[in-house]
Amino acid sequence: MRKSWLIPAALMAAAPLIAQPATAADKTLTVYTYESFVAEWGPGPKIEAAFEAECGCDLNWVGVADGVALLNRLKLEGENAVASLVLGLDTNLIAEAKATGLFAAHGLDTGAISVPRDFSDDVFIPYDYGYFAVIYDSDSITTPPASLKDLVEGNADEKIVIQDPRTSTPGLGLLLWIKSVYGDDAAAAWEQLSGRVLTVTPGWSESYGLFTSGEAPMVLSYTTSPAYHLVVEETDRYRAAEFEEGHYLQIEVAGLLANAPEADLARQFLDFMMTPGFQNHIPTHNWMLPAAAVSEPLPEAFETLVSPEKSFLFTPGEVAQSRAAWIEEWLGAMSR
Amino acid sequence: MLTRAEHRAARSGGVAALLAIGLALAVPIAVMVAYGADAGLGAGLGPGQGDYLWRITRFTLLQAGLSTLLSVALAVPLARALARRPAFFGRRGLINLFALPLGLPPLVAALGLIEIWGRNGVANKGLALFGIETPFSIYGLTGILLAHVFFNLPLATRLILPTLERLPPEYWKTAANLGLKGWTLFRLIEWPAMRKSVAGAAGLVFMLCATSFTLVLVLGGGPAATTLEVAIYQALRFDFAPGRAVLLSTIQVALTLTIMAALKLIAAPADPGDTKGGGSARPDAQGGFQVLSDAVLIGLSGLFVAGPMAAVIGAGLVADLPRLLTDPLFWRATATSLGIGLVSATLATALSSLLIRARHSAGEPADTAALGLLSASSGAAGSLTLLAPPVVLGAGWFLMLGGGAGQLFAPLAAIIVINALMALPFVMRVLEPAHRTAMARNSRLALSLGVTGFNRIRQVDLPAMALPLTTGFVFALALSLGDLGAIALFGSDRIMTLPWLLYQKLGSYRTDDAAGLALLLGGTTMALILLADRLGRRDGNDRA
Repeated sequence: MRKSWLIPAALMAAAPLIAQPATAADKTLTVYTYESFVAEWGPGPKIEAAFEAECGCDLNWVGVADGVALLNRLKLEGENAVASLVLGLDTNLIAEAKATGLFAAHGLDTGAISVPRDFSDDVFIPYDYGYFAVIYDSDSITTPPASLKDLVEGNADEKIVIQDPRTSTPGLGLLLWIKSVYGDDAAAAWEQLSGRVLTVTPGWSESYGLFTSGEAPMVLSYTTSPAYHLVVEETDRYRAAEFEEGHYLQIEVAGLLANAPEADLARQFLDFMMTPGFQNHIPTHNWMLPAAAVSEPLPEAFETLVSPEKSFLFTPGEVAQSRAAWIEEWLGAMSR
Repeated sequence: MLTRAEHRAARSGGVAALLAIGLALAVPIAVMVAYGADAGLGAGLGPGQGDYLWRITRFTLLQAGLSTLLSVALAVPLARALARRPAFFGRRGLINLFALPLGLPPLVAALGLIEIWGRNGVANKGLALFGIETPFSIYGLTGILLAHVFFNLPLATRLILPTLERLPPEYWKTAANLGLKGWTLFRLIEWPAMRKSVAGAAGLVFMLCATSFTLVLVLGGGPAATTLEVAIYQALRFDFAPGRAVLLSTIQVALTLTIMAALKLIAAPADPGDTKGGGSARPDAQGGFQVLSDAVLIGLSGLFVAGPMAAVIGAGLVADLPRLLTDPLFWRATATSLGIGLVSATLATALSSLLIRARHSAGEPADTAALGLLSASSGAAGSLTLLAPPVVLGAGWFLMLGGGAGQLFAPLAAIIVINALMALPFVMRVLEPAHRTAMARNSRLALSLGVTGFNRIRQVDLPAMALPLTTGFVFALALSLGDLGAIALFGSDRIMTLPWLLYQKLGSYRTDDAAGLALLLGGTTMALILLADRLGRRDGNDRA
């Protein structure tokens, strides 16, 4: 099999005059992303098929653990990265990502993108978003907290599992959420909430596992989590609690690497990312909300989801500047 | 007793093994230091961090110390009880079961423990039956200790038990004739025999608990339960500060070693006793009360270890196993995990054998400084490797490989090497006491019969060591199978192991699939343990 490739290759090399100029079919676009995006059940395989049909190229996903690992991977590789694109950072990581100097402005029209708070950036383009939310088990909680204040001050016997902001993105999300609502009183709020916290896990997976095994009736996750249970497991047992103050927003973005081996193809992919060909696969495969138009209506389950009227989002600069100090504050309050 | 040529072979083998281990540890760490030097070694360790560092250090030592104390204090009577009862129904099954916790990813074990001890667990439900409605909470130090005892009581027991079983039956006959019982028997016979292995086990357990990560975070209840390992992980994972990670690792290694040295827990010197073959009927340990108390102790320990396992099995049965078993991804992951496990277990067993033979050859007390150094560093190598955080080694390898995108062989080799290094201390502790006994038993005879060199290894040493070698091999294999892989931190797009697949399922709401995979992973490990047990017993004459 392999040798049969050599013949056309040799012909191409021997007869450059009659060979066509390299077409897109020869090209491979490598995209770094997080593992769950490219998992068998994730959006990656479907998006790959759709984009390859359009570009006549080969799309190659490289998946790492999550958004934070993605950034680390880039720092490790520096300018030697084989990828042209990085897909899967969130707004909290943008400032740090830009500081590496590895990214280039995309120079594209992002008019098709519509995310809350009109987030836009010259380097990173949003591809989906979601809101952090407390998910509760309706079998054991009949009156869920109606606000962050309720959560903080509520019955300490009704426990919640949260994630560590030092090691987890949702964990950092809750930290920023409480900071947005409580400001300078955040430490006191954490101290009060700590009585209600059953445990703090290193990542989302551990806490969600504890929650679904019935160990705690509440967990910090996303407003879209119930959609998974509705669509795949056909149960409405797990629901999101809507909070009066509003919910903290997470926007996931993609960016072009300055040293991209295939910059044009990468831009073509970014354009594609803003169309239904990409966006259609986001809701029921990445379990997030699409950042641009989809061509098919969202499954019914998505209509039942909490859709916050008010949202919070610190700018990437604010997060980069204060994260260490806020985590320090959290450590102090939670360790007391 | 070795011939001159055998001495030479053993020593050069030991030096080679030491060099290999040294390189595998030093190179990635050097790469990390070089990388971190750009940002300054102490980057991120500001003035406010001093208190934090002190707090987490204190907690690390507290939980590791208590966990070790509990595990070993329970393992000693348990090993004695098991040695007193050499033949009861299910004994071998129980001892095999004791190898299993090691092969479970910590998160799976934690979820199993929670099924039993959690707020909604069996224990609390049982209490509720008796009218005690307020659930007790395991989160906090209690949970950490519980989990560490769950992992390490079986481990320590398995390490200590053989040293009692290797005692010649004459000891017990004489003890029975003299009427030695209880404390006197313990003081005069059992303790001198098990002392070394207890110290070895305690050292190992202490290192394992000091570097424990997932269990501490999940069951610790909050950031008050933060260990150095968490800080190291954070430094690499969230802040990507290799310099700080190396600095924290250095603190962890130095501190743990200092404490272990102070407590004399680092690999103890050999004391080859003159024994005359296995056999372990215990005429000294008859009598109704003792049988009953042994039965209770063994029964409770068995339940303690089997309970969370049963919970893992129960949760796994809910999953759609036929679908999981027909998923090509599952088979790919299983093949990868087994491949990595088999190679790294072979590597760990081979390195340990070389180190142990070198130690044996160098003699104790060693007669020259060079030999003393060889002996000491071979012993230390078996401890140190566990203290170097795998995330740091993994990151170092990755830096060296330039990220490793699209590469298959290099990251695979890094995973194998790291797994082998992590398994080394376990294997050493299994092999060394057995090797000592085998040497003491066979050396003179082999020499007088003129069976030397390779022939001797093949015909005398290997058969005598078959059981401990397979036990050590299985320890290493189980450890590797349950390991998420340090490399997972930075992703390895082409390598999919079972624990990695399990985490991936768990990370995308597929809790049932993850539970099913945990069952299959545990089942695979158990099957391998049973297989090795069978093979080891067939080939071995240790229990003849």
